[in-house]
Amino acid sequence: MTGLLAVGVNVGIFLVLSVWLLISEKLLVRYGKCVVTINDGALVMEKEGGVTLLTALYENKVFIPSACGGKATCGYCKVNVINGGGPVLPTEIPFLSRGEMRSGTRLACQIKLKENIEIALPEDLLAVKEYRAKVSLVRKLTHDMKEINLDLIEPKEIQHRPGKYIQIQAPGPDGAVFRAYSISTPDYVKDKVQLIIRLVPGGIASTYLHNLKEGDEVKFTGPYGEFRLSENPDTAVLCIGGGSGMAPIASIIDSIYNRWPERTCYLFFGCRTTGDVFYLDRFKKMAEKYPNFKVCYALSDPLKEDEDWDGDTGFIHLSVDKRLPKNLDLQTFLCGPPPMIEAVQEVLKNKGYNPEDAFYDKF
Amino acid sequence: MNTTSVLAIFIASIFTNNILLASFLGLCSFIVVSNRIETAISLGIAVTFVMVFTSAINYIVYYYILIPFKLDFLSYVVFIAVIAAFVQFLEMFIERFSPALYYSLGIFLPLITVNCAIFGAVLFMVIRKYDFIQSVGFGFGSGLGWALAIVLMAGLRKKMGYSKIPEALKGPGIILIVTGVIAMTFIGFTGMLSTQ
Repeated sequence: MTGLLAVGVNVGIFLVLSVWLLISEKLLVRYGKCVVTINDGALVMEKEGGVTLLTALYENKVFIPSACGGKATCGYCKVNVINGGGPVLPTEIPFLSRGEMRSGTRLACQIKLKENIEIALPEDLLAVKEYRAKVSLVRKLTHDMKEINLDLIEPKEIQHRPGKYIQIQAPGPDGAVFRAYSISTPDYVKDKVQLIIRLVPGGIASTYLHNLKEGDEVKFTGPYGEFRLSENPDTAVLCIGGGSGMAPIASIIDSIYNRWPERTCYLFFGCRTTGDVFYLDRFKKMAEKYPNFKVCYALSDPLKEDEDWDGDTGFIHLSVDKRLPKNLDLQTFLCGPPPMIEAVQEVLKNKGYNPEDAFYDKF
Repeated sequence: MNTTSVLAIFIASIFTNNILLASFLGLCSFIVVSNRIETAISLGIAVTFVMVFTSAINYIVYYYILIPFKLDFLSYVVFIAVIAAFVQFLEMFIERFSPALYYSLGIFLPLITVNCAIFGAVLFMVIRKYDFIQSVGFGFGSGLGWALAIVLMAGLRKKMGYSKIPEALKGPGIILIVTGVIAMTFIGFTGMLSTQ
């Protein structure tokens, strides 16, 4: 009896509190229509207030990068706010440098629309679209790496520069999640996108992608990314990577030799064992065809007794130290795990190159 | 029934039985938000406001709903629900009428919900058997006491910015030590009056 009464009274009190909150929300929370102006009026949209800027942008097909889904944990959804939006919130501070705070950079997921707001986005981001694609090929590269080809269904073409990435939508336990993967196809391939996915144990998106079969449909947005290959054919290109860092590098190298067969390019790729090596034959063939293309793979684990290996051994930064000439006009792309990138930066600095000029993709 | 006068309860809850300095409740937001005097003052006001109203509402709920049905074992759950709902309401209210205050409190406004000083004040009200007026007076006093403590701390931290603090004690370490010292100085008020 007391039990029932307790439940009843408890439910009653909670109900009264909820009704009170709902009524006050109706009466107190009124933002009205808010106008979002992007890039001096290049795009203007109107939205009922109360939602976050990120949601408003997505609903209007402006896809800015965001990996965490608006929880202020990834820090990707940076926008430049020119007018409105209120002050920087404590949740954003860890992601913003002093300079960014002064210049009005904010996280779009933390700005609640309450008034008209004016923002600036890189032009590239306005070109980002949402794509539907069909899996046309799944190929195993190594024990934990797969190459996945996606044929575009709608829109049919993607314009991208080498080294860009897409955000693929994967079903997670709490709704869809977005994860970034670099495009490994070169810039002249426009009707499909190839990804190189390493299976992360317990990873939501990589597990989903590894289980895809030919014919399955996927959704993604893109292209995103800061990588910008120099258009000067006399500038040498240095690509250093490990693991699935191969994807942007493959795109860059294929794009380069499609346009500038004479261009100088160095590829250093680090693996643990011979079992992790992929694409080596393909690059060796390219190196025969294009004399200015230099390939170097290095294995960090000791070789087993019965294994054949004609490449380097030891960590990849040691190979860079040994083989990279000094005093090149050089553009660098680094794609790999943070310890590898840090070691390589040190080597580059000792060789007189400024590691600040490099493009990074740490993961 | 508690026979202490409201005024005595009010004064005592600020000075001699300060909820933060004597009972050490509400320390987490005290440590985090005491870095600027302005924010400390506004959080102090918000906490005081919440304490007065939640003491009053919880008094009514406890003595007019829970006790008649002999459901006082539900009190913890109900008290917390009332506090949470009230803070939600306050958040909407402040956002509507004072956006500046809303932004300056930021994330700490919803965090008042889990400020144990507020829950503590409500429990003291029940344990010490205060009547309605006494409860409101106690809530008001405790809130002011908490605000006083955090503003004192913010002032001291401003001064401490120029002091040489041993490396290991920087941050919460020195704040806890200073809080202890302030608490001891508040013992000096004990002779002023004695209440429960």
